[in-house]
Amino acid sequence: MTALLGGNGAGKTTTIAMILGLTMPTSGTVTVLGAEMPRQRYQVLHRMNFESPYVDMPMRLTVRQNLTVFAGIYGVEDVQGRIMTLAEELNLIEFLDRPSGKLSSGQKTRVSLAKALLNHPEVLLLDEPTASLDPDTADWVRGRLERYRFEQGATVLLASHNMSEVERLCERVIMLKKGRVEDDDSPQQLLARYGRRTLEEVFLDVARGRREKQEAAQ
Amino acid sequence: MSARLQAQQNFSLRRVGAMVLRYWYLLRSSWPRLLELIYWPTVQVLTWGLIQIYVAQHSGFFARAGATLIGAMLLWEILFRGQLGFSISFLEEMWARNLGNLMISPLRPAEFISALMIMSLIRLAIGMVPVFFMAMAFFGFNVYELGFGFVAFFVNLILTSWAIGILVSGLLLRHGMGAESLAWTLTFLILPLSCVYYPVAVLPEWLQPVAWALPPTYVFEGLRAMLTDRVFRADLMLGALALNAVYFGAAVFAFLRLMESARRQGTLMQGAD
Repeated sequence: MTALLGGNGAGKTTTIAMILGLTMPTSGTVTVLGAEMPRQRYQVLHRMNFESPYVDMPMRLTVRQNLTVFAGIYGVEDVQGRIMTLAEELNLIEFLDRPSGKLSSGQKTRVSLAKALLNHPEVLLLDEPTASLDPDTADWVRGRLERYRFEQGATVLLASHNMSEVERLCERVIMLKKGRVEDDDSPQQLLARYGRRTLEEVFLDVARGRREKQEAAQ
Repeated sequence: MSARLQAQQNFSLRRVGAMVLRYWYLLRSSWPRLLELIYWPTVQVLTWGLIQIYVAQHSGFFARAGATLIGAMLLWEILFRGQLGFSISFLEEMWARNLGNLMISPLRPAEFISALMIMSLIRLAIGMVPVFFMAMAFFGFNVYELGFGFVAFFVNLILTSWAIGILVSGLLLRHGMGAESLAWTLTFLILPLSCVYYPVAVLPEWLQPVAWALPPTYVFEGLRAMLTDRVFRADLMLGALALNAVYFGAAVFAFLRLMESARRQGTLMQGAD
């Protein structure tokens, strides 16, 4: 699992959008599962999925209807069986026939996660998946993501502002600043290199350019 | 290449079906949406039906011309409602902020467009079938008298409506909700030039070639020939079909180009964050 870290406007969402083929890079190429994005996107989009609390599902449709539609789009076999499995795993059974627009933030995130897991994606992209969740629900979502990663051996790319979440989940961290990769290493290596105790302190060093200032002073 | 992978990469009726199901769920969950489908066509048929009754009370040419009014109005509604049915289904994705979900899914543009065309037909059937029966019951407009002519009129008008709907959807993808008003108004741009309620000969001579460049003009001229002279003008219908093929192809090309432009400009992302 890899984390994309960076301040607002650093380019996390744009990077995810390029990987999904939603926007075209101004230079360079993006290759996912051997396909060049966005040119060859239809070779791989059925093997990928995305979850973000900032992307809505149609609000008038019930959770079951939304999941049925997306299962059809992603070519899921045994649609109702898959929906029931996910509903049990993500504690959605009691909300299945409720309109998506009438769910709480936490419930919406779980539904959105169910949509993202419908097709057993080999590449799962998550944009701040625990934003606006209470600590208990956020912890529960993290546990579910860890389990999915372990069971499916999927590649997960996570954009987050939550440093403890990144430390817990990710074995690789890519630090972005103004659209460029500022650093790229494991959390342990980053802590050692920056001489910090937490990723949050490393993040602040990168965001405020402290390291460059120190290097310039030397 | 596995059969499943092959199926994922080709045009998929299942994905089209999933999208139609999505719009059907939405439509049946909302009575205002259903009511809106039938409300305006009903108001229109009542207005024009009563005008026709008034005109028919006079003898001579105006009585004969009056008979074409309600027919022209009904055909115009097919064109306008067909386009609206297409565009509103597309707009539903923008209103629901669901476009991002669709654009990162395996749904192909051709499948998306096919689903919107099917929904245009479903919405049209819900709105127009009762209105046609009303026109038959109260105003003596018998659609069965038009026979095959009606099928030819319908096919040509629905093709034009889809071409406009596809173009509007492309502009919405590229320019976002700022282009929403086009969905409601673009078809009206061709209303005066399509000669819905009057013959092409009424237009100034320099404007007539412009009118003949529009497929609906052929349909409305054909309707007048059928109702006043009892003649089915196959030549007009073939002319309309040829123009529709050109416009439909051009609209699909424009849609794809606008989508790629939106991808380059990053405007597709607006639906995703």
